[in-house]
Amino acid sequence: MFQYCTDPSILSQFKWFSCYLTSGKHISFYLSFLIVISLICITAPISLFFGFCGSLASRSSFILLKYTGLLYTNIVRGIPDIVFFLFIPITIDQILEYSRHKIMCPEITESVWRGTDFLVCSAAKLPLNSDPQWIHSTYSFLLAILSFSIVFGAFASNTISGAINAVPKSQIETARSFGMTNNQVYLKIIIPQMWLYALPGLSNLWMLLIKSTPLLFLLGINDIVYWAKEIGGSKTSIFKYPHPDWRVWYFLGLLVFYLLVTKLSEIAFKKISNKINHAT
Amino acid sequence: MKKIILSIFVLIMINFPASADTIRMGTEGAYPPYNFINDDGEIDGFEKDLGDELCKRASLTCEWVINDWDSIIPNLVSGNYDTIIAGMSITSERDEVIDFTQEYIPADPSAYIALSSGNKAAYIGIVAAQTGTIQASYVASSGATLVEFATPDETIAAVRNGEADAVMADKAFLAPIVSDSNGELIFVGTDVSVGGGVGMGLRESDSSLKDTMNEAIDAMKADGSLNLLLKKWFGEDSSIF
Repeated sequence: MFQYCTDPSILSQFKWFSCYLTSGKHISFYLSFLIVISLICITAPISLFFGFCGSLASRSSFILLKYTGLLYTNIVRGIPDIVFFLFIPITIDQILEYSRHKIMCPEITESVWRGTDFLVCSAAKLPLNSDPQWIHSTYSFLLAILSFSIVFGAFASNTISGAINAVPKSQIETARSFGMTNNQVYLKIIIPQMWLYALPGLSNLWMLLIKSTPLLFLLGINDIVYWAKEIGGSKTSIFKYPHPDWRVWYFLGLLVFYLLVTKLSEIAFKKISNKINHAT
Repeated sequence: MKKIILSIFVLIMINFPASADTIRMGTEGAYPPYNFINDDGEIDGFEKDLGDELCKRASLTCEWVINDWDSIIPNLVSGNYDTIIAGMSITSERDEVIDFTQEYIPADPSAYIALSSGNKAAYIGIVAAQTGTIQASYVASSGATLVEFATPDETIAAVRNGEADAVMADKAFLAPIVSDSNGELIFVGTDVSVGGGVGMGLRESDSSLKDTMNEAIDAMKADGSLNLLLKKWFGEDSSIF
């Protein structure tokens, strides 16, 4: 980064640290914070959407839709996150690759499962082997967002269902007696009011979402915990900046980061809930 | 909404022109000097040099991928990358699941290290090793108490903080750690030869890639460039072909 960084072994302590903390590895570490933050910010609205769909489906009078909704929330809520994060991305990936294989390489009649190998023709690979690394990273990032949204959507669905039930019955009855249709009751009466009841549960979910980002490493994304472990581990003189085991300092940094995010979200949720309280 | 979903679907299913010449190389990136992530955040080490050279000779384009040691074999067979080049010794158990090229590092001894202030017979006490390595299975059968860790670095940290009495790993990995420790860590017991040489892991069904890589390794052995690489990364007195 700086001019004087070419030979760190002769630098004074201050200069050594200024070089060390701006090495390429540390830049990747700092960037991974952005990845984690953007992941939670993208995932939250999507899982809210999934939650809405799930809760509306499970409250539907159409039996098929109702059971799909119930199945979704109950299965996802019951299975440990870690199992789910191993299962969902691989399944989605293999389904996509399998269907691409069927479309693009119909001439190959051999099964794609040979022993333990899962083999699709090279044109059906997703992403393609020849794609640059950023496409591979983006692809796994999208899979991560989808998996997180499915899991947190199921929890959100339950919270929203509860909130809808909590809207006073008299409100709904009054709306009906004014001649509102079912849809109007939902859009004009239930949904605006249920936020008040859903907010505490949703804020809990948001906190859980923040805490579960280290699961990203399972999906092949180098997140902040991975980098803290990798950079903090002791380094021999084969590295430009040899140092003993400094993991504890890096994890302390993560602790501060997570506490900071928690505090900021707390403030934000307080503001939102004040606003809603005023509105209703 | 429907349009968005449809266009994503079309985008996924569309046929991009594919060149089959790109090979993705999976490595751990945590086992210096075999493979590690250097201070610029790039993959470095003996295997990076070797892999790039092999790809050049076989006129393949190679992309490097970092993967946890724990799941390095499952991710190979499910097609996330095409080779494992991560200091993996050729063993019969692994050979049942995946295929190996010929050795590119000759069989090298493993060794124990322990704190110099500690118990001299540490290698029969509590011994740390990385999960899923030949050293871990050796320790388990040696009568010592095995504690396993996910990364090599954690095994060393376990000895430093007293959680384990000794570490067993490849001697080439341990040697720089001992020499850098200012006498805090020393080799204990005798060196043990636990496994065969190190080869590149491939899917069983990928025999054409295996032949290509074997040919390139042969060529590097014949002109002595492999030995030069071994000496560069493992020191002048490392075992060579």
